[in-house]
Amino acid sequence: MASFVSAVWAILRKDLAAEWRSRQLVTAMLVFVVLVIFIFAFTLDIDTLTRRQIAAGVLWTTFAFAGTLGLNRTLASEGERGSLDGLLLAPVERSAIYFGKTLANLFFMLVVEIFTLPLYAVFYDMNLAQPGLWLVLLLGSWCFCSVGMLLAAMAAQARSRELLLPVLLFPLVLPVLVSAVRASSAFLNGLGLEYALPSLNILIAYGIIMPALGFMFFDFIVEE
Amino acid sequence: MASTSLDRKPRALHVLDIVSALLMAATIYMVLFYAPTERVMGQVQRLFYLHVASAWVSMAVLILAAILGIVYLVRPQNKIDIWAVACIELGLVYAFICVTTGAIWARPAWNTWWTWDPRVVTFTILILVYLAYMLLRQGIEDPQRRARFGAIYAIMASVTVPLTYFSIRIWRTLHPVVIGSGDPSAQGTFDMTRPMLHTLLFSLLAFSIFGFTLLWHRVRLGWLADRVEQLRMKALGR
Repeated sequence: MASFVSAVWAILRKDLAAEWRSRQLVTAMLVFVVLVIFIFAFTLDIDTLTRRQIAAGVLWTTFAFAGTLGLNRTLASEGERGSLDGLLLAPVERSAIYFGKTLANLFFMLVVEIFTLPLYAVFYDMNLAQPGLWLVLLLGSWCFCSVGMLLAAMAAQARSRELLLPVLLFPLVLPVLVSAVRASSAFLNGLGLEYALPSLNILIAYGIIMPALGFMFFDFIVEE
Repeated sequence: MASTSLDRKPRALHVLDIVSALLMAATIYMVLFYAPTERVMGQVQRLFYLHVASAWVSMAVLILAAILGIVYLVRPQNKIDIWAVACIELGLVYAFICVTTGAIWARPAWNTWWTWDPRVVTFTILILVYLAYMLLRQGIEDPQRRARFGAIYAIMASVTVPLTYFSIRIWRTLHPVVIGSGDPSAQGTFDMTRPMLHTLLFSLLAFSIFGFTLLWHRVRLGWLADRVEQLRMKALGR
């Protein structure tokens, strides 16, 4: 158990260190997110009241797109220099690689979200400083990354890699997105925990089932 | 070689063909003539028997596909993969039947063909997930890897089946709940009389047997396609 955790930690630290040196991914994700938010603002051209109602949807769509960018990158960057083979040869459990990479992706997504929320609050004049919303963001992103990492590992071995990932990922994370949007907008509209609870339960169930599947099946995906 | 037995259609399948044809004819008779007309919704309520039965078959075979996925991962055999693909294709066909009958019913009952109700949304998600499964299989050339990834995806995708089933119990919804008591805000709920219940149970049985027959046909097709592939490989000298 202790060795498993230290393996996960090592992989997480490796990915964070690599990202810290290049700062490619997070920068790209951030620029992308800002662009998407502007595009929404220009194309939807909405009044204050509607803005409040659709905020949760806009935020989650944006984060899902940005998260897909990150997922596509994590394995592609390993593949470029053949370091994935080295990683697979390492004498650790394969599922440790899955968890390490999922956590790294979660970290990148959270960084992007932390930068986006104040921007969004300023541009759209909304109060996003709500712990309930943050909880939903954390849970939803965890679900998104844990499903996404599994599928990214699959898509990386298919013919049309980057094309395939969104096609596989979006249907499977739709339940996550739908529940996350419902829960977020419950908190944003001040309806409280009671209204958010059914959706939160789905997120929690997803956030347990999908990592468990990843734990069991990651071995089968990367085996040669 | 075991494959010679594939050349001829098994007698059991012949029997099943006839049985399911008779059962389906009987179902249509029961739906149209035996079941009474519902007082509020009228004739369109008769779609309900086909709608529920097709939903049942699609969900059952999709869950079966996930179980086959687990079996495949434990013991990889080509045969199991063929069964799993057959299940998912069949499940998709029945899911489309279910959505279509539902939309036709919803037009008079909810006054719209389509609405973003939780049940409708989750069922749409289910269809999209399994369409993605088809794309995944197309994207991978190595047959063993294709089967392995397909098995894993089928297991992951099966999460959407209980989600769809329970969606009307988790969120407030328009969709009527057939088994157990429903949300009072659901529109189109009705109390089933005895003949209605008989018709529903009979159509569930008939659809299950017909579904199994179709599944068997599809699996035979898969086997034959597999053999053609093997013969082609041999002919090309690879």
